[in-house]
Amino acid sequence: MTLRIPTFLRATFAACALALASSPQAQLAIEITGAGANRMPVAIAAFEGESALPRAVTDVVRADLERSGIFKIVELGPSPMGAEAPPDFGRIRSRGADAVAVGTVAPSSAGRHQVQFRLFDAAKQVSLGSQAMVMSPNQYRTTGHRIADYIYEKLTGEPGVFSTRIAYVLKSGSRYELQIADADGSNAQTALASKEPIISPAWSPDGTRLAYVSFEAKKPVVYVHSLATGQRNVAANFKGSNSAPAWSPDGRRLAVVLTKDGQSQIYTVNADGSGVQRLASSAGIDTEPSWSTDGWIYFTSDRGGSPQIYRVPGSGGEAQRVSFEGSYNVSPRPSPDGKSLVYVSRNGGRFQVTLLDLASRQTQILTDSSKDESPSFAPNGRMVLYATEVGGRGVLAAVSSDGRVKQRLSVQSGDVREPAWGPQPRN
Amino acid sequence: MKYTRFALSLITIGLLAACSSSPKTDGQTGAAVEDRSSASSSGVDANRVVPVDANSGGQASYPELKDPKSILSKRSVLFDYDSYVIKDQYRPLVEAHAKFLTSHPNVKMLIQGNTDERGSREYNLALGQKRADAVKKALSLLGVSEGQLESVSLGEEKPSCSEASESCWSANRRGDMLYSGEF
Repeated sequence: MTLRIPTFLRATFAACALALASSPQAQLAIEITGAGANRMPVAIAAFEGESALPRAVTDVVRADLERSGIFKIVELGPSPMGAEAPPDFGRIRSRGADAVAVGTVAPSSAGRHQVQFRLFDAAKQVSLGSQAMVMSPNQYRTTGHRIADYIYEKLTGEPGVFSTRIAYVLKSGSRYELQIADADGSNAQTALASKEPIISPAWSPDGTRLAYVSFEAKKPVVYVHSLATGQRNVAANFKGSNSAPAWSPDGRRLAVVLTKDGQSQIYTVNADGSGVQRLASSAGIDTEPSWSTDGWIYFTSDRGGSPQIYRVPGSGGEAQRVSFEGSYNVSPRPSPDGKSLVYVSRNGGRFQVTLLDLASRQTQILTDSSKDESPSFAPNGRMVLYATEVGGRGVLAAVSSDGRVKQRLSVQSGDVREPAWGPQPRN
Repeated sequence: MKYTRFALSLITIGLLAACSSSPKTDGQTGAAVEDRSSASSSGVDANRVVPVDANSGGQASYPELKDPKSILSKRSVLFDYDSYVIKDQYRPLVEAHAKFLTSHPNVKMLIQGNTDERGSREYNLALGQKRADAVKKALSLLGVSEGQLESVSLGEEKPSCSEASESCWSANRRGDMLYSGEF
């Protein structure tokens, strides 16, 4: 049995949702500052019937694909192309597109719409696949991201990340907000507002919870926060400082940094705060743990005199040094496939996001900025999200793992920092 | 006078109890919420009542903590770049606070370590902890009981000065001493 919600109530819900979303000044605006070398030309025709929606789904699809830096959008003009009739391949080829998507939006039951679309190889004139989905009119953005994910995966062979979300901290004046937005910066919502700093948000592997450090108790305490309910619990509040939470791949445990026994050292706890265990021991600082999908915990340690990256098995054991170049390498994050690592290295006074191939030990500086912090991989490993500074203000930026594609996300006023790219949504 | 203070203390204890228990949720056993202002988890007599000074800064009971002419009103120890050693110039300050704490064993102190803004926030948090620990260790060596002291870090998050300049950065490399009621 489904619940029928009267129209007037639905309007009220929509108004509440709008009121909860942040003001326009606080919305992240995205800017593309670098693109890939060989971008594939694709055309996304206007879908038949999409003018009935608050905004065209294909606008969202085009913006997503363009922003990826992998595709070049070929404009076909405003006349729609439906999913039923075969497209005019001659015209599409003459515009230079290698692939084209066409589609139809038609009313279905209860005020909802059915979207049907098909992707073609324009040169071979063959269908690459089609999909149908049902949406309510205000879901044009979510639907657009899902279509973009489908097209991205068909054309590159890798999953897209347009339906993922990001978390970050917005500081405006003395107010701190932990916000969640779509990967393109839209739909920003505040999960926590505080007068005291919030740092180090970390997504649970299923994307339903965030662990973070809040200073609301005048000292760093680790909380776990369920996004859908706003319910939160203390995961670590021992004497001294509690910080740097990182989830285990199964989402059951957190690696945290505690000072209850002296210097900053890494422990693991259950997400509800029970079952604390020490993971490693060193004479120096151990911090910034990050769990890889293949079971390692990468972390920063100054046990050798300068801060460097080390790793230890998630179950404990002997630590191995991972970074060797330079005198300041911090904030490690393993790639989703466990084959590479991003971290921040200091190079002649500049702090820059650096990629390390774990097999070849080759390093590559990915950015040309100088105050980079907190890198994290997109779930498909293609892009790295990080914080940096432009004109004295904190902004978010993303760079492809080959260093070519570059984007920047900023707000009109205020500092944005501490980004974390969320996992693939589970449908 | 005395009665007022006692009543305020009771209110404060109530408030602190409410604060410390509110973030707890079911199932949490390992990471008990620390109540910094009263007896902690170290297994003390359950009937013991720890007096808490309700007046912010304790100025009513301990005016010397706020009196600009008293060395006890000075609360910051500044550190050199990449250093966690208390400089000789701060010895008299640390000794004065140690003397105050040893003669007032019910007073607690929170030591907050801070760093400048350069580099990773979490690594800076760990570096700030080293500064707070240095102050704590100095006070302990001067006879202050471990139970009176908690050292924590604010890392680069609460700068006292926010320009990107050396003079500003040096002002942010500090350890601050806060008494019960000030945090």
